Amino acid sequence: MKINLAPIKFSNKAFLERLIRDLKNVFQVNIEILDLFLDISDSYSAERKQFYSTKILETAIKNTGQTEGKILIITEMDLYVPVLTFVFGEAQLNGKYSVISSCRLHEEFYTGHTNNELFYERLLKETLHELGHNFGLLHCLDWDCVMHSSNSIEEVDIKGLSYCGHCRKEINLL
Amino acid sequence: MIVDDEKIVRESLYHWFSDEGYDVDTAESAENALKKFDKDKFDLVLLDMKMPGMSGLDLLPKLKQIDEDCFVILITAYASVPSAIQALKEGAFDYITKPVDPEELNHIVKNAIQQKKLKTENEELKTKIEELIMPDNLIGESIQMKKIFEMINTVAQTDTTVLIRGESGTGKELVAKAIHLNSKRKYFPLVTVNCGAMPDTLLETELFGHEKGAFTGAHYRRKGKFEMANGGTIFLDEIGTISAKMQVDLLRVIESRKFNRVGGNDVIESDFRVIAATNEQLENLVKEGKFREDLYYRLNVFTLFVPPLRERKEDIPILANFFRQKYATMMNKNIKSISAEAMKFLTEHEWRGNVRELENAIERAIVVGKKEIIGNEDLPFSHISNNIEDGDDKSLGANEKKYIYRILKENGWNISRSAEILEIDRVTLYNKINKYGLKKD
Ligand SMILES: [Zn+2]
Ligand SMILES: [Zn+2]
Repeated sequence: MKINLAPIKFSNKAFLERLIRDLKNVFQVNIEILDLFLDISDSYSAERKQFYSTKILETAIKNTGQTEGKILIITEMDLYVPVLTFVFGEAQLNGKYSVISSCRLHEEFYTGHTNNELFYERLLKETLHELGHNFGLLHCLDWDCVMHSSNSIEEVDIKGLSYCGHCRKEINLL
Repeated sequence: MIVDDEKIVRESLYHWFSDEGYDVDTAESAENALKKFDKDKFDLVLLDMKMPGMSGLDLLPKLKQIDEDCFVILITAYASVPSAIQALKEGAFDYITKPVDPEELNHIVKNAIQQKKLKTENEELKTKIEELIMPDNLIGESIQMKKIFEMINTVAQTDTTVLIRGESGTGKELVAKAIHLNSKRKYFPLVTVNCGAMPDTLLETELFGHEKGAFTGAHYRRKGKFEMANGGTIFLDEIGTISAKMQVDLLRVIESRKFNRVGGNDVIESDFRVIAATNEQLENLVKEGKFREDLYYRLNVFTLFVPPLRERKEDIPILANFFRQKYATMMNKNIKSISAEAMKFLTEHEWRGNVRELENAIERAIVVGKKEIIGNEDLPFSHISNNIEDGDDKSLGANEKKYIYRILKENGWNISRSAEILEIDRVTLYNKINKYGLKKD
């Protein structure tokens, strides 16, 4: 098993390195940075000034057929699916691909104040959440579990930072 | 069922509902929806108002005719809101405008579920919540703990305000979680606020949220913890530390369940249960005028005392083995037991830092442990140096020095953790270390 982190329009290396370390701890597998060189411009909606997450996943699927392991795209761009105003991320349930956006995880986005620790905590939560979907997990009812749904930043903040016992068991984590 | 002629809308909503664990079906036209409706039962229908052929508005009464109890939520473009409002009169449950704010969608769906007591088809989810009942590290077989479990069960069935008291490290937050999980509020969040951890201005926006433009940089409206706890429970930890002004604000919101966001005039209502916790003698604080008497009475309705670990020593072996297993699994180490000698040590130790200190000690033992059995040598305090521990000096300074040294040693000289156990801030701890010339040996 391997998990690939594929930054697209995401440049903060320090955060990526922290993610690698923390994901390694959780999953006990190799975590690698993958340069996809994907052109996601056709996912962009000029009207909404956002990127269509499902399309980004489709583009990735088309262009990365041979890569081993999960592929998680991390981008600074704001994501949407047509019916919703925005999404924090999207993942194939029981699949290989997922994408998360860090855009709305920044505290600046809401209050204008930078809070790097809080930002990283949110980034880790959403990363674990989308990967959880990749490993077949549905949303969990336990608010202390990272697989609880989060429809707003406030919900991201109150949910837990790790998988609950049930979700861990389900994906065979120690 | 999701009825919409646009494939992408069907797909993204399908995705959203499946992730939540619902059984979802879709139909691309009203005609097709009717066909499926004849065959299957649907609790909830998301219905696009405008579709080629039969429109959503025309379909609505037909669905209601077949199944009066089904809940219909209309999806509408912003421009057609007036006709959506008309449709509410004809039996639609609610409507949402495209593009949908995910939080709003979630809210409307939860509302529908609550009203209909719609059960998710997913049995697994149900058992998951049933099994949650006790947080796994709230354990013990002592009379004291049995009494706590009993009280948790009793008070969970009510909406009464609960005050949890006990030394730090006893697991007051676990008791709060257990009460929440055993209550009818369990499907909504338990929102924790550590009142001691932040200055007034921050605590205020944290608790009440803020409006867009409330201060420089407030680009968005932000919900506070009281609003997030709607339907659920708010856990106010370290309640004894809040300022006089916050005490007034808290009293007001607890009494009325109403408040304003910072910088806003709208009255926000929220249905929350209050659980507060403290390790301080609130009565003394009231006497000294540091804690409002009216707030004290408001909080002190049902009080639960969590006993210090030294008063329930018979639970130590259970807890120690629980933590051993937890950390051994986590660190992938084959450590199967704790030696009788080490267990004796653990049972006789005073545990000023309570369960948390015990957990830290076991975690550390697993880190350093090289054998299958945890022995005395793996425990942090089994060979405390004599020059500090011994002697019979009764002076406060000498005893403080001893005590601080022991806590530091037991916590591997982790300053933050030790400061937390000692209930002083890190700067104070550093000053005391300097004052007494304490050194790591
Ligand atoms: Zn999700
Ligand atoms: Zn879970």
